[in-house]
Amino acid sequence: MSSFNANTVLIVAAVLFVLGLVGVLTRKNVVFMLISVEVMLNAAGLAFVAAGSKWQQPDGQVMFLFILAMAAAEVSVGLALVLQIHHQHKTMDVEDLKELKD
Amino acid sequence: MVITRYRPIHALLYLVVSFLAVAMIFLSLGAPFVAVLEIIIYAGAIIVLFIFVVMMLNLGKDTALQEKEWLQPKVWLVPSLLSLVLLVEMVVLLLKGSEFSMQVPVVDPRKVSLSLYGQYIIAVELAGFLLMAGIVGAAHIGKHTKRNLHRFLQEGEPEK
Repeated sequence: MSSFNANTVLIVAAVLFVLGLVGVLTRKNVVFMLISVEVMLNAAGLAFVAAGSKWQQPDGQVMFLFILAMAAAEVSVGLALVLQIHHQHKTMDVEDLKELKD
Repeated sequence: MVITRYRPIHALLYLVVSFLAVAMIFLSLGAPFVAVLEIIIYAGAIIVLFIFVVMMLNLGKDTALQEKEWLQPKVWLVPSLLSLVLLVEMVVLLLKGSEFSMQVPVVDPRKVSLSLYGQYIIAVELAGFLLMAGIVGAAHIGKHTKRNLHRFLQEGEPEK
């Protein structure tokens, strides 16, 4: 079984994180921003598992389980908020949602 | 490819591909338990949640047009070029490091579970609290379907 070294996997995690960050910064739809946040959390979990595999410790996988639980909770609350915004404002654009400003 | 799609369903399909790729990386890192969890929970449950919400929102052509007119090529050209540079770097490192490849010892799920319920028991309970708060918050937010206006706004508009 061929394998990577940990540096390669950390570079992949950094690429994924930057892609998610670009997605959050450029998209204007709330659903796409949530998807990009998912990509970023996935990159963070990938970095944890890579570090845990480098030092042969199970702590990285434990931290990945916690990230997974946090992502599930975040997605459920975020999608409920998306549904509520759609019911009240009939839009998904974050530029139109200015009721939170004052 | 996730962040350049205009339609939500296409982005979700590319997101599934991304999750599967990350699961393959976990498998080759010697963490098969986490790889299976990644496929089941991320590519299963979270994608199903997104698909349900997209189906309920009925995001269609106007959303695609809005995102398309905002995402002109000069906007996303520079980030995609930077990502391409990073990708080329990753491929070069991957081809160079292949001759140093060694057998990866697998961190088995037994060690993970012993550590999870041994020294991380407080964090497990905190994750339980977080999931409970998520359930309650989602139920409470999703419950009110009637239009809730501020009291200053309610005078001008007719009551529903």
